[in-house]
Amino acid sequence: MRRSREPFLWALFSGGGMASALLLPAIAFLLWIAVPLGWVEGGSYETLFALVRHPLVRLVLFALISLFLFHWAHRLRYTLYDGLQLYHLNQLIAVVTYGIASFMTVVAAYILWVFA
Amino acid sequence: MGEPLNPRYRLYHPKWHRTRIPIFWWLRSFAYIKFISRELTSLFVAYAGLLLLIEVSVLARGEAAYGRFLAWLQSPAVLALNAFVLLALLFHTFTWLNLAPRALVLRVGKRRVPDALVLVAHYSAWIAASALLAWLILRR
Repeated sequence: MRRSREPFLWALFSGGGMASALLLPAIAFLLWIAVPLGWVEGGSYETLFALVRHPLVRLVLFALISLFLFHWAHRLRYTLYDGLQLYHLNQLIAVVTYGIASFMTVVAAYILWVFA
Repeated sequence: MGEPLNPRYRLYHPKWHRTRIPIFWWLRSFAYIKFISRELTSLFVAYAGLLLLIEVSVLARGEAAYGRFLAWLQSPAVLALNAFVLLALLFHTFTWLNLAPRALVLRVGKRRVPDALVLVAHYSAWIAASALLAWLILRR
């Protein structure tokens, strides 16, 4: 019998859920609201550039972005499945959602690899 | 009798009846709407991941490109969108962390670690992670 991929996908969903819960509110608030509105002064271009240039930071960013995408893929898959009762499209939905997450993971790897 | 060899084969069941559930069943009560909203926060988790990736690629393209990106973030429509995204992400954080005691059952010896302690640990981790990010992003 073929072994199920479900536990692996669930682990990605779960890891992405925890990472996004702990990190994304601060990132969204600081980078995309507080700094653009001038409520706080963000780090200068040079500081941010040097931060992302660090290999460890890029590795962490890669892992995080990929986990966020697989969290989305898994959760949206089951929302469509249960919410809209698309039982007959189960396979297609899985291919599209995990496919997009995998593709964007490769794009993220490329962007972070060629950085600097 | 016994299991049919073909797993797709179903015995005739004249008594089976399945009630039809309408497609928008989840609009019927507040609890269901909350459930679907919670699941849909995943859209904004993916959005944030992609915006983060865009920000990284803009940083790689130089200071002028980064300036244009900041100006784009300052436009009212983008700010309104990102404010909504922040609310969705906070909803995700609260619903996710509040479920932690049910997902994580820890035992010390024979005693189960109380739910309140698991909750406090998770919320403390959230505060610590946010403080670390604030230091990383805002340091001059």
